[in-house]
Amino acid sequence: MEFFRNPNIDFLSKKWYFLAFSLVFSVAGVLSMLFWHGIPLGVDFRGGTLVRVKFTSSPDINEIRALMDRAGLHSARIQRFGTAANDEVLIGLAEKETSEAALDRGRAQIISALETKLPPGKQDLNNASAQTIQAYLLSQDPMHLGTDASRRYQDMAQTIVHQRDAVQSGVLKSMDDLKTVVPEPVLASLNQGFALSNFGVRNVDVVGPQVGKQLQNQAKLAILYSLAGMLVYLWFRFELIYGVAAVVACFHDTLITVGAFSLADKEISLTVIAAILTLVGYSMNDTIVVFDRIRENIKLLRRDKLADIVNRSINQTLSRTVLTSGLTFLTVLALYLFGGEVLRGFSFALVIGILIGTYSSIAVAAPMLVAYQDWQARRSNRRTPPPAPAESRREKVRAKA
Amino acid sequence: MKQNLLWKSVLIVAVLLVFVYGIFGIPSSLSGQGLAAALLQRIHLGLDLKGGTHLILQVQVNDAVNVDAQQAIERVKDALRRRNIAFADISQPDPANNPDHIVVKGVSADHSSDLRDIVSTDLPEYNLASGAQDTYTISMKPSQLTELKNRAVQQAIETIRNRIDQLGVSEPVIEEHGLGQYQILVQLPGVDDPARVKEIMQSTAMLEIRQAFGGPYSSEQEALSANNGVLPPGSVLLPGRSIGDSGGEPHQVWYLISRSSAVTGRDLRDASASRDENGRPDVSFQLTNEGGRRFAAFTGSHVGDKLAVVLDNKVQEVATIQEQIHDSGVINGRFSEQETKDLAMILRSGALPASIHYLEDRTVGPSLGADSIRDGVRAAVIGMLAVLLFMLVYYHGAGINADVALIFNLIILLGFLGFSGATLTLPGIAGVILTVGMGVDSNVLIFERIREELRNGKTPPSAVEQGFAHAWITIVDTHVTTIVSAFILFIFGTGPVKGFAVTLTFGLLANLFTAVFVSRVIFDYVLNRKQRGEALSIG
Repeated sequence: MEFFRNPNIDFLSKKWYFLAFSLVFSVAGVLSMLFWHGIPLGVDFRGGTLVRVKFTSSPDINEIRALMDRAGLHSARIQRFGTAANDEVLIGLAEKETSEAALDRGRAQIISALETKLPPGKQDLNNASAQTIQAYLLSQDPMHLGTDASRRYQDMAQTIVHQRDAVQSGVLKSMDDLKTVVPEPVLASLNQGFALSNFGVRNVDVVGPQVGKQLQNQAKLAILYSLAGMLVYLWFRFELIYGVAAVVACFHDTLITVGAFSLADKEISLTVIAAILTLVGYSMNDTIVVFDRIRENIKLLRRDKLADIVNRSINQTLSRTVLTSGLTFLTVLALYLFGGEVLRGFSFALVIGILIGTYSSIAVAAPMLVAYQDWQARRSNRRTPPPAPAESRREKVRAKA
Repeated sequence: MKQNLLWKSVLIVAVLLVFVYGIFGIPSSLSGQGLAAALLQRIHLGLDLKGGTHLILQVQVNDAVNVDAQQAIERVKDALRRRNIAFADISQPDPANNPDHIVVKGVSADHSSDLRDIVSTDLPEYNLASGAQDTYTISMKPSQLTELKNRAVQQAIETIRNRIDQLGVSEPVIEEHGLGQYQILVQLPGVDDPARVKEIMQSTAMLEIRQAFGGPYSSEQEALSANNGVLPPGSVLLPGRSIGDSGGEPHQVWYLISRSSAVTGRDLRDASASRDENGRPDVSFQLTNEGGRRFAAFTGSHVGDKLAVVLDNKVQEVATIQEQIHDSGVINGRFSEQETKDLAMILRSGALPASIHYLEDRTVGPSLGADSIRDGVRAAVIGMLAVLLFMLVYYHGAGINADVALIFNLIILLGFLGFSGATLTLPGIAGVILTVGMGVDSNVLIFERIREELRNGKTPPSAVEQGFAHAWITIVDTHVTTIVSAFILFIFGTGPVKGFAVTLTFGLLANLFTAVFVSRVIFDYVLNRKQRGEALSIG
């Protein structure tokens, strides 16, 4: 099987289309960042409190909002999370309500606001720790255990928590869910002291404003350093202009990917930054493969114009470029579709980025080389007669000898 | 040639065995469960996969500097008094931000050399600078200041580790975080009740036993007026709770307490939860030999005076010294039983050199971790199968070659994780998937080049030779750039992101071996078996 047999597409003649395409996407992203959604930052960078809650049945957002309002959390952001079948909700508090002195307060307020429907005097088994359950069982001693009561009840408490967290994925719907794992008297005793709320907490992120700013800085620095690192490596391996062209292409990819997050109003988290850095590396890969071929062809076809060499090199590597991108895209798509909610942002960045990264090595980096050479040629024409390139002069001498 | 190939095959098998050992160790049984258990023992899961709490703490290092500066002030005052040199005031103008800056006022110019002498002998860590109008500034030497702050962070780490160890948390991570921002990273896998652990970690637990001069007063005003408007020298007003037997709500009261302490938490040998004669929970403690001697000397000379137990600058208890006390005592402060247990534990683990507060707190519930593992593994398997299948369809015989290389790549990557003790996180699993996608790139590069060479009329052996030779340079370049970005991620990232950088780097390193060396050996083997001129199966 073969997709491309000796392709011969004149990519460089389409450079104006490429330029238009890149401009449309970059400008749309930048406009959205400036005037529409801004850069939607996740709790990692924004700071604040984010509690991910799983309900036993489809949650009513309005009811949750009413509960939060009653608890005085008027600015709480409430949104559904994941697919509808998940019954999950994200409840977020803004940074100003997450003061560093009372980092934990928001979480406690959210949980107690959701627990208000619990019958009075009973504890919430869905949000109780194994230690709480053990202490309760020890005080009630439903099994009339003797000397090793502490250990036995500890085991039981851990079984209950395991049943809740690992088997029922976080929430018990009814006390009967425990029937199979604890003895009858224990269940009866639990029924007296505990009730089940309709939710369980799956995940809590509390980020103080100071850390948020720190992480923002680190993320920016990381992307800059990584671009600078690539520039230096390519300068060392090729020439400065190759490095510049590759870095411009990578920057273009980063800009468009961040722009896509802004357009889609998806939040940028720490893992998204990791994805963007991976993209920088990946897009660089693609560019280098083309550059390597250009370098090889320049040596082989010294007479040809750079534009022709570049075109030829892109065509020669096209099959590889498309295959690799296709395969990486396939794996990233698997990640996006099956990797779960936690990785959704991460894989979204990769899905967009791999498409753009492949495009940019053909449509941005390579044409830049040609444009630079044209510009140099024009400039030297205007001023002084063109000096022969160092390498070819050496070759001529050798040819004479 | 054949001989050479044999040795290379032996090398590959040996490498493979080593990394399989890295993944599983020596499993107890070869059943599916036995292997899974062995795998989990070798490969550490990150907090996002097994559930737990990730905290970042800020050490208020200025607290430690402040303590040092206050001692320095006392020493300068003592020295000036000993030499009968008059001074107006010695204080810190900005204790919150520059606690090490001490301003001495009103020492006449005649005595400036004395002051210089005092600072250089009594305060070797400080510099003296003279200003206008008999004012002098004493500030800590920059190198000493940095050292003091770093020491505070190290002590805090040590203390927190002691406390967490005593709570029985398994495999905690406690280490300095970031670059010189005096932060500590604490990771507590699978902690059941993070709120309690956090409270225990944060408690400063500065225990001091000091002389009490007076009190309780119901307000600071009352305390001042009871002492004719001026606090006696060497004393300070500290808050405490009224501990009367009158019942009713405990309310805040004030005590006049000595500035210097008879013994501190550093002099403790042991502390444990106990009960008083009325059965109420309290904490009893024993002093070290040295501390006991000092305490005995102090109580012996102060029989009839009052003694205060001060914890974190709050008075817990005031009692009259009935007789000389040698090496033990009791803290009684209306505690619950759990509180006495925690307090005893905190006292045993030592005081924090500076207060801390939390900057970041992320808790992943165990249910979410289990889901994440399931989703991650599912995505990895699907992505991997898709790639393997595609390579077979597209490259036929050579596809098998690439698939074998990919599977080896995965085994070596997991083996690396097992050997290095690096942590596998959810983004780390994503890194594994990406490695599959990006690792196959090397094979594609090589195969496409071989096809090209074949089209140009080369014989299969020379096409393979040329294909590998040309692709090798490109492969090195592409791997270096990706590893550069992974390395930067490793430096800047924390927790899950770091795990991603690790798997990506390991995966790509392994890929250099599998896609280039292993693949080549397989090609050579196939070519060896073929008749001269027979075609190569590469799609």
